[in-house]
Amino acid sequence: MDIKFQEVEYRYAAGTPFERLAITDVTFHVPSGEYVALIGHTGSGKSTVLQHLNVLLKPLQGEIEIGSRTIAAGRKEKNLKEIRRRVGIVFQFPEHQLFEETVEKDICFGPMNFGMSEEEARQRAREAVRLVGLPPSVLERSPFDLSGGQMRRVAIAGVLAMKPDVLVLDEPTAGLDPRGRREVMELFASLKKENGLTCVLVTHSMEDAARYADRIVVMHKGRVAKRGTPRDLFHDRASLTALGLDVPETVRMQRLFEEKLGQPLRQLCLTPEELAQEIARLQGERS
Amino acid sequence: MKDSIISIDDVSFQYPDQTAFALQHVSLHVQRGEWLAIVGHNGSGKSTLAKMLNGLHYPKEGTVTISGLALSEENVWAIREKLGMVFQNPDNQFVGTTVQDDVAFGLENNGVEQKEMKERVQEALEKVGMTAFLNQEPHHLSGGQKQRVAIASVIALRPDIILLDEATSMLDPAGRDEVMNTIRSIKDEEGLTVISITHDLEEAAKADRVVVLNQGSVYTEGSPQAIFQLDQELLTLGLDVPFPVRMSQLLADEGLILSQRHFTEEELVKDVWTLNFKK
Repeated sequence: MDIKFQEVEYRYAAGTPFERLAITDVTFHVPSGEYVALIGHTGSGKSTVLQHLNVLLKPLQGEIEIGSRTIAAGRKEKNLKEIRRRVGIVFQFPEHQLFEETVEKDICFGPMNFGMSEEEARQRAREAVRLVGLPPSVLERSPFDLSGGQMRRVAIAGVLAMKPDVLVLDEPTAGLDPRGRREVMELFASLKKENGLTCVLVTHSMEDAARYADRIVVMHKGRVAKRGTPRDLFHDRASLTALGLDVPETVRMQRLFEEKLGQPLRQLCLTPEELAQEIARLQGERS
Repeated sequence: MKDSIISIDDVSFQYPDQTAFALQHVSLHVQRGEWLAIVGHNGSGKSTLAKMLNGLHYPKEGTVTISGLALSEENVWAIREKLGMVFQNPDNQFVGTTVQDDVAFGLENNGVEQKEMKERVQEALEKVGMTAFLNQEPHHLSGGQKQRVAIASVIALRPDIILLDEATSMLDPAGRDEVMNTIRSIKDEEGLTVISITHDLEEAAKADRVVVLNQGSVYTEGSPQAIFQLDQELLTLGLDVPFPVRMSQLLADEGLILSQRHFTEEELVKDVWTLNFKK
């Protein structure tokens, strides 16, 4: 499902003395099946954009196409239920929203809220638990007896059980240990690859944006400051540092190496593995 | 140990209704003026230990001594004056409506006189570089600024020890540096003891010593250099290694010659160059 932002603007507390411009002139495109990373300094407007993706906020200017629906400023929008099912948001610390007695009931809550029968919801819960890599036995357990990483997965399973087309991820690995972070990020990558889900990732991690995203949207002071593929975007370090951001560690290391080498490598490497291979290849060529 | 500011001796702890122990026979000593990083996977016991150091939990077995005071219900308030905590979420630790009210809150609770209170608020905010924000509302600050105010609130109480419980994990990289630089300068000036509980390796790498917790026990401890030499072992514990160490490993796997594992990118690049490319 495609999502298109067209000159979207939003103000908090509009029409009051506390009015504050949050985002303006935001235009970008999330093509169906792609993985888009939204990056930017704290307060750049990322979270405001995120809340427009399933119409928790409505634009005060401009319009947003979500699949076949258009959400335009100044219109009353009815029947948003379908959009909210199809665009699943995994908020920060989603495990804080777990509340049921068992994992199964917790995961079934969403689908049943959208009118699904209990039998079907339970079927979905079983599938969702499998997708996030937890054993079926977890369904009978209390979500509160699980480890932090497991709770995070259960919360993600709750979103997946709605069978969304688009998965919106707001700092999904915050607070997880490195192994948990890797596993969760690999999970989203495989949902994109195997199940064709469209992913929008809000992150502070340039490493994750470089490794996983097909394209990146950089927010700055409520506007889209830059858009492009990771290779294009991370090419120009100075323009990112001007926005309070930086390039991934791999790119910094590549630049140091290129200084020694006196020439650039064939292309910008986005992951440590890629850089190691490229340096080895070059070494092989020279000897 | 004589000059330990914190002594944890053979401590075990179990949460009610749980069969497994969250901490098992943990012994740990922190020297005055030391910066100690505690790392471990989710559920390794890090947070339980942090809560114990602040008297939110008491050991089931063993003893904890902080600044010469044995941890007990009688001593807990005196201990909290000696050890201040900065928590993970910058938004969950504000009580005041302005930055200066917030820093004053703890002082007021401790019955500090008005005049002295004003001086100490000013002094604390100077140390974290936030005096320009005295009358700002906390929720208008960036994450890094909020954490600096939280640090000011702690140091206004003049503790011996500051404990950072994943205090930078919700910040962006710039905010993280901001907070770490603030802590470093305060530590150097005041001779404060710092304990940072973290997943962030860059943060752990700045410590004098790193303790690795695994499943409620001390797995190992040592200098950051020594700990990061364990690379594969750390990965199996659910941890990570700093980027240059990881890169060293990957390059060695690709067949490049390296004299050792490196902790800075500069040294690594130099080594790769000298041993593989320079003719």
